[in-house]
Amino acid sequence: MTDTAVETTRPIGVYTRPKGGGGWRDWVTTVDHKKIGILYGATALVFFVVGGCEALLIRLQLATPNGTILGADTYNQVFTMHGVTMIFLAAMPLAAAFGNYLIPLQIGARDVAFPRLNALSFWVFLAGAIFLNLSWVLGGAPDGGWFGYAPNSGIIYSPSVGMDFYAIGLQITGIASLVSAINLTVTILNMRAPGMTLFKMPVFTWMMLVVQLLLVFAMPVIAVALFLLIFSRQFGANFFNTEMGADPLLWQHLFWIFGHPEVYILILPSFGIISEVIPTFSRKPIFGYEFMVFSGIAIGFMGWGVWAHHMFASGIGPLSVAAFSLSTMFIAVPTGVKILNWLATMWGGKIKFTAAMLFAVGVISMFTIGGLSGVTHAMSPADTQQTDTYYVVAHFHYVIFGGIIFGLFSGFYFWWPKVFGHMLSEKLGKINFWVMLVGFNMTFGPMHTLGLQGMSRRIDTYSPGFGFELWNMVASIGSFIIATSVLIFVINVIVSAVKAKGQPHCGPDPWDARSLEWMTPNPTPEHNFDEVPVVESLDEFWHRKYGTDEEGRIVRVATAEEVCQDGSATGVHLPSPSYWPLVFSAGLPLVGLGLIFSLWLTIPGGIMMVGSLFAWVFEPVDDPDGPHGHHDDSEETATEEAPVV
Amino acid sequence: MSEAATTEHPTNTGISHNKLAMWVFLGSECLLFGALISTYLLYRNEFHTGPAPGDIFDIPFTSVSSFVLLMSSLTMVLALSALKRGDIRNNRLWLLTTALLGALFIGGQVYEFTSFVREGLGFTTSPFSSAFFTLTGFHGIHVSLGIVMLMSLLISSLRGNLKEKNSETVEIVGLYWHFVDVVWIFIFTVIYLVPNPTS
Repeated sequence: MTDTAVETTRPIGVYTRPKGGGGWRDWVTTVDHKKIGILYGATALVFFVVGGCEALLIRLQLATPNGTILGADTYNQVFTMHGVTMIFLAAMPLAAAFGNYLIPLQIGARDVAFPRLNALSFWVFLAGAIFLNLSWVLGGAPDGGWFGYAPNSGIIYSPSVGMDFYAIGLQITGIASLVSAINLTVTILNMRAPGMTLFKMPVFTWMMLVVQLLLVFAMPVIAVALFLLIFSRQFGANFFNTEMGADPLLWQHLFWIFGHPEVYILILPSFGIISEVIPTFSRKPIFGYEFMVFSGIAIGFMGWGVWAHHMFASGIGPLSVAAFSLSTMFIAVPTGVKILNWLATMWGGKIKFTAAMLFAVGVISMFTIGGLSGVTHAMSPADTQQTDTYYVVAHFHYVIFGGIIFGLFSGFYFWWPKVFGHMLSEKLGKINFWVMLVGFNMTFGPMHTLGLQGMSRRIDTYSPGFGFELWNMVASIGSFIIATSVLIFVINVIVSAVKAKGQPHCGPDPWDARSLEWMTPNPTPEHNFDEVPVVESLDEFWHRKYGTDEEGRIVRVATAEEVCQDGSATGVHLPSPSYWPLVFSAGLPLVGLGLIFSLWLTIPGGIMMVGSLFAWVFEPVDDPDGPHGHHDDSEETATEEAPVV
Repeated sequence: MSEAATTEHPTNTGISHNKLAMWVFLGSECLLFGALISTYLLYRNEFHTGPAPGDIFDIPFTSVSSFVLLMSSLTMVLALSALKRGDIRNNRLWLLTTALLGALFIGGQVYEFTSFVREGLGFTTSPFSSAFFTLTGFHGIHVSLGIVMLMSLLISSLRGNLKEKNSETVEIVGLYWHFVDVVWIFIFTVIYLVPNPTS
């Protein structure tokens, strides 16, 4: 695949680096955080649709009693893959898309700390995602639930290769998450523009920092759990073999020590997004910035002390139940602080209900409903009644869909012009929101009732006469309304792109926004900033546009065009593209398939991985022909005024 | 391994990207070994009908190999200090010694594993045996990867690419190596030194 021109000046003994030749080659070798962000977003949206189709299958099966659309076995595979896909292949990578694209821009950096590792994270994630979905055609998808409880996930109760794909596939996507988390952590801690202390960072970047640290510490725990599962299934280890005295609760503990921080890994990016959207469209600074940041940090810490509330019904003993019940109620406090702060930000503001703002307000209201039903789970006596019923399904869809998906859509509408240089249609966006809100509440609202009536989760069908018919039908209709809303979004994307073709790009500041990323033109030029800005305050971009007159009133002092950079810098030194992240990532699923089917396959996979690692190390850091000039006037200030944390 | 394009700029924390990344990674590794050690602690009494920990461990032997591993941390420090002084010859010597001490430890582990298997403690014998081999095996893989890193440094030095100005690379490999040694202190205590049940 290398057809780059041989350089006469290149150093001896190293490989050349690819050059952007335009087209697809640009994308597969890119190390640009913006392109990688777009790749993450596009891939995750595809898997969001895949997971959505799985959800529709579930709802079709459950629409009427004695459903026959899916058999019991297929049903198990579909609901397992729905959960796995939505969490690991849609929600997490969508957050990674926003993080990759926005974090360097929000902190005033040219790229992430390790551009090639960033590309590696994406390709490894894609490899893991494809690997997981290969299971559909290679012997059956995972069928033990996304939580994979032992011993149900063992070879005896789940004899197909599905759970092997689950264990190895999640291990692969886990590598991607860990690498990306280390990369973004270092980026945020090390690469802020001069003057940008930690407490001048936008809330989104702060929340992403908390998320990355949660990933750093949570991923190894699920890694160990998955290793134990792989060893048990593949090599006959006895970690979950109760006949020999093993304790299957070990899996539940390991899984939820990862799994509960994972809940915050999922929700905090969305909290970050709406913390940017709400101040912008309320025309006020965020209320209680420090409280916002510290409550995010508090959630990050307390998220480690609540895992056993997923296990109240598993017999962990009254003392544990009481302790985890209390800690779970406590974690509602920082979350409540956040909700109050968003409301206080809107209070007295000149609110503009754009599509992005509607979705953000959707998060506040829908997440609050999910949060309140969450507190009912914290009361362990009530939870014993609710465990494994549709009440739980209702709860976590209100937080995951209502809290996360609404937040991500808010982010799409807000940052679309930043990424693509044109706006999404506001009109279609508002229709998108209202249809989604109605569909969402119709689907998941009735599940509270179904759960309290006693309908259990994960059953593939139910008999008539229990009073489940009406609400299941309503939920199924609602699910298709959600699908319609997603379709409206896709239409919006296409229509807006077609309309924008041949038109000049939208201005640099369509929303009168507040943070640094809007100081670059739309779409962002490859080098991000012409000059790295020197930061003096929180909401730096806004403060450059507005000042106060002698009577203390806020007045506009500069237009966006005056403040924004024009993106005309040339010769900016940028990291060169590389093939090796892609080659390495292609080797991983081969090793995974080898573990399941034939160890011979691990040989080419292993060679690809080891070979590309060595090629990676020996590849020159930069293309010798690439630009080396720093068109960066602020560089001297950068050396002198780098903030010390 | 290094992405030097960006490290030439001063960083906010004053710590280079590479070193900070290694520290964050080691933080992650703490949880990996934490979960493995917890699994072992849960199963140390579950030896079913197989050999019990107290029957099978050879504490004097493992103490010696532990001593070997801990001494390799000392030689790692000497390697770094030599390079910082610009003493390439001693740097190579101590890098090689560190790798050899690590290899000696791995040799000891291979010997220990084979003799356990001969005495009837296989990977699938009991929850205890699975947990034991998994925990010590993961540690052994970490030591082996460390040896690969040390040998890469040595080869790079022999080709004339490891100079005083690269001493941070050695320091970062050293961070990893010391971490793996420190983890072994915990593992050695938890597995061997805590009084073990006999069958």
